[in-house]
Amino acid sequence: MASIVQAIRMALHYGETHLDLKEVFGEDVGPPLGGAFTATQGVECAWNSPLDERGIMGAAIGMGLAGHRCVAEIQFSDYIYNTIDLMKVAGLQCWQSNGAWNLPMTIMTPTGSGIRGSIYHSHSFEATATHIPGWKIVYPSNSLDAYGLLLACMKEPNPTLYLKPKALMRARAEEQIPGEPPLTPEGQKLLSQMIDKPVQGDTSKWKPKWPKLTDYTVPIGEGKITRPGEHVTVVTYGRHVPIANQVADQLLQEGISTEVIDMRTLWPYDWNMISGSIRKTGRVIFLNEELEVTNFGEHLLRRTVDEMFYELEARPRLLAGEFVPGIGLADPLEMASVPQANHIEKAIREIVQERA
Amino acid sequence: MSSPAASMSKKAAVSSSGTASKTGFRLDSKLLVKIHDNMVKARVLEERLIRVYKQNQGYFWLGGPGEEAFQVPLGLQIHKGMGLDHDIMHFHYRQGPTLVPMGLDPADAMRQMKNTATDPFSGGRNFASHYSIKEWNVVPVTSTIETQYLTAIGAGIAHARHGGKGITIVTGGDAGTAEGDFASCLVWASRPMLPLPMLIIVTNNGYGISTAAGPQHGEKEIADRARAFQIPAKRINGNDVEESYFAIQEAMEYVRKERKPYFIEAMVSRLYGHSSASGANWQNELDPIVVFEEKLEKAGVMKRADMDALRERYTQEMLDLSRKVQEEPMPDPSTIYDHTYVGQKGRYW
Repeated sequence: MASIVQAIRMALHYGETHLDLKEVFGEDVGPPLGGAFTATQGVECAWNSPLDERGIMGAAIGMGLAGHRCVAEIQFSDYIYNTIDLMKVAGLQCWQSNGAWNLPMTIMTPTGSGIRGSIYHSHSFEATATHIPGWKIVYPSNSLDAYGLLLACMKEPNPTLYLKPKALMRARAEEQIPGEPPLTPEGQKLLSQMIDKPVQGDTSKWKPKWPKLTDYTVPIGEGKITRPGEHVTVVTYGRHVPIANQVADQLLQEGISTEVIDMRTLWPYDWNMISGSIRKTGRVIFLNEELEVTNFGEHLLRRTVDEMFYELEARPRLLAGEFVPGIGLADPLEMASVPQANHIEKAIREIVQERA
Repeated sequence: MSSPAASMSKKAAVSSSGTASKTGFRLDSKLLVKIHDNMVKARVLEERLIRVYKQNQGYFWLGGPGEEAFQVPLGLQIHKGMGLDHDIMHFHYRQGPTLVPMGLDPADAMRQMKNTATDPFSGGRNFASHYSIKEWNVVPVTSTIETQYLTAIGAGIAHARHGGKGITIVTGGDAGTAEGDFASCLVWASRPMLPLPMLIIVTNNGYGISTAAGPQHGEKEIADRARAFQIPAKRINGNDVEESYFAIQEAMEYVRKERKPYFIEAMVSRLYGHSSASGANWQNELDPIVVFEEKLEKAGVMKRADMDALRERYTQEMLDLSRKVQEEPMPDPSTIYDHTYVGQKGRYW
């Protein structure tokens, strides 16, 4: 019953002991903090970098080109924006050299709203990230996928961006990571005793006791149907997966059958799964919390219209964040800026009632 | 793939007396002739590339004519090869005169200039002088003027962990030091927790495209910025072959042995302006080859006639290569998606 931060820690530990992971670094990533969300706590090769996002991104690129595998962290995706030209540099390396070079590197960054992070700790990044070719971009919604996708990133010969759903960092999995204690309250407690650094007391000599972890890889590019359905497809990822599942479960009691797709990988994405589902239901809502203008979901919507227009039973929708300069701190402001369960429910009800 | 030049010992490079010989040079005559040969070859190559541009056989030129007195001695002392046992180069786009003594095939530079499919650095995708040679640890050059100072940090960290004699070498121009990336490089290279074995170089030609350096720089020397981080730093006359050679030698010995950073600011000429965007026309600046040839002739190391013959020979060779490359095919438009990812062929989404 690991949380996402525990899953990330375990994946990094697996990486440094099995996958030739040499460096984990970023702001506050090493001891004593082990990451702003403690996702790098206890990882042997984790260290603190200067407070310099461009330096972090550049260093990761240079390591990758030298064949020295790393996972680097940008503390919040709000702060990755000043590295965008470096992300272009990273995404270019293989293409620019006509295949001579490859760049194994992973950047991970917490993204999105949900922790009342105000203007500079709530932004999303996937619309911009998916606009930079050459990267593979993953976005887990649960602990098992968080573990499996990070292992996949650490095996990739290409640059990978690992987006962490900020709102779900403490969410507990319903599926067991291979090697973690049983999914029981006792197992959860045991895992915490093993890999969570005590909050109080002298922790200068603390070391984790890692479970005997094994390989579990979620292939990059494969989505997952988290709720099968017949009437409408909701394509989403990250934070909105559990919310969409909850709404789907609720509406099913009224006979509205919603298929929920967790994309898991944003680029390259699982179009076979998405298009297959849309063909089945004839109705689709693309759901995410990014700003609605030039949203990644708009690309998916455009492709849906281009390729499947005459197979649709209703106008395809995008349900996304309001196009506002920032997520306001006050509760009502954040709730109004980012799709909530009631917004999703409303959108589903509307689309299933629409007649072709 | 080790370079013979890289294994050249200090003893071999210096005249038998160890100081100024009867020629007046500290370097021995054989090495002086070799340096001259490479300087002329590199210059004639650049001039041929400019000609190619002016004949509308290429879209854009930029390069390093005027930097030969510094760049050739640099190339001769690089420990060339693949992997962390060798030097890793994060170069900018004026590095042709460094790569020529490392063994660059001039025909390949022309292929990139003419963006042919046979261009081994980018397959016709990138500008001239954007070299990329994996077998020599020359990472792909980017047009961004300063990002190499950031990416070099990662190579420096890999070298620091690996140990041995391999070092990271990064080069850039004076104008680009205004970017924060340059400061980042100094910060990361000099951290007490992990000093990096990096030779950090700025070639200072006094201009950023058309903007003169003087009104833009409050610091007395760019090297002073490195000194602020306790990095040993020198400003040198990069138009002087021997001063450059020995400064690079001293710097490399320090970095290889101490595994700490060293900084060189080399004052150089920019003989054809910034690029073809500013016309690629001859500028009235000091020509380091003219200076060097006068010294060589005066010292009796080379004769004027031999130097002229050498230039004529290279000029003809470059012309012949240019004509040959002209016949080579352009990239197939169906390949635009190729290599977006490792092994990628064609459109994938």
